[in-house]
Amino acid sequence: MTDNRSATRGDDAMRALASTMDAPEFSSTSFTKLNKPLSECRVAIVTSASLHRPDQDRFAQGDTGFRAFDRDDRNLIMGHWSPNFDHSGFQLDLNVVYPIDRLQELANDGVIGEVAPRHFAFAGNQPDTVSEIRLDTGPQCAAQLNADAVDVVLLTPV
Amino acid sequence: MSTLAHVFEAAGIATVVLASMADVAKKVGPPRVLACEFPLGRPLGKPGDAEFQHQVLRQAFDLLEADEPIFENFPEVVESDEMPMACALPPRDDPDAPPAVDESRGLISAYRRAVERKGVTAVGRAIEPEQIPAALDTLHQWANGAAWKDVALPGKNTVAVCHDIRAYYLEAALELVGDLAPGSRSFDAWFYEVTEAGKTILEARRALKAQEAPFPFWFYMVAGHLE
Repeated sequence: MTDNRSATRGDDAMRALASTMDAPEFSSTSFTKLNKPLSECRVAIVTSASLHRPDQDRFAQGDTGFRAFDRDDRNLIMGHWSPNFDHSGFQLDLNVVYPIDRLQELANDGVIGEVAPRHFAFAGNQPDTVSEIRLDTGPQCAAQLNADAVDVVLLTPV
Repeated sequence: MSTLAHVFEAAGIATVVLASMADVAKKVGPPRVLACEFPLGRPLGKPGDAEFQHQVLRQAFDLLEADEPIFENFPEVVESDEMPMACALPPRDDPDAPPAVDESRGLISAYRRAVERKGVTAVGRAIEPEQIPAALDTLHQWANGAAWKDVALPGKNTVAVCHDIRAYYLEAALELVGDLAPGSRSFDAWFYEVTEAGKTILEARRALKAQEAPFPFWFYMVAGHLE
């Protein structure tokens, strides 16, 4: 960086802040090994970019819930409350946050088996204990993914 | 994200995390992480670059071959672009209106074209597009000494209203610059350093702080590192 304008340090400031914050730690790491090749797997995207369709409820401040949308939905809004990251990339190309067209291309090329019928967005809100995500909305979302017979989830942050 | 990976794996679903904050992902420790040092808000790195996005996905999905937890770094760093985007603002039209109010009125056509083209808008969390000038008028008054308790803000929630103003400017500006896609922090730099609206929000925020308004009322109006 050759200048010191405050608007230019946003990513550095956020990364520095995040590295000092408490993060949930897990005593063990669950590990699911694929029992079939990726080319036979059904893949879903789950993002923390607070995406939702215009007809769905907006994310409230501190919302720990999630929204589901169809693989064909492209009229998505990034409903995140944080002013701390770039929103212009998503406006230019939703795939930079939610790579749904790339996933379809991988399915067309036979790299993955299939694009899942539904994909999901959380808001990235993690109260200190993350208990809502761990015990409530996370398992609810997992149940919906399993109902859709999803094998692999790609998680994208913002 | 990394927390969700633990939850999904426990439910029998294999996961890959694209991590934008490597330090946090290391602490939370989900089983498969591809750490990507890209601008925050752009986890696939480059908008409009399908080939680059495929490179990221290819390396991410390759992690599924591992027999145990694995953490890799994507080899290419994408730097933030920090220069204000080159977007001309409308000329002064009503010299009696506060500059930000006048400016925002001048962007309404570009904003409407953007919504027409995309079919969706992020404006509307607290106020409608037509209320943007009135909201900026209140922020202008706060910035110039009015007490926040005496002058009401349309939409009430300062954080949501500032989001709507930013989204209105972002959507209008992208319409005006056409194919000159801004880099990751170019819009923020332009908004806060060049536009009257951005400057007015920063001034109003400083005024609210000086008036000892409640912290959440003013702090989250803009990115935390801005003064």
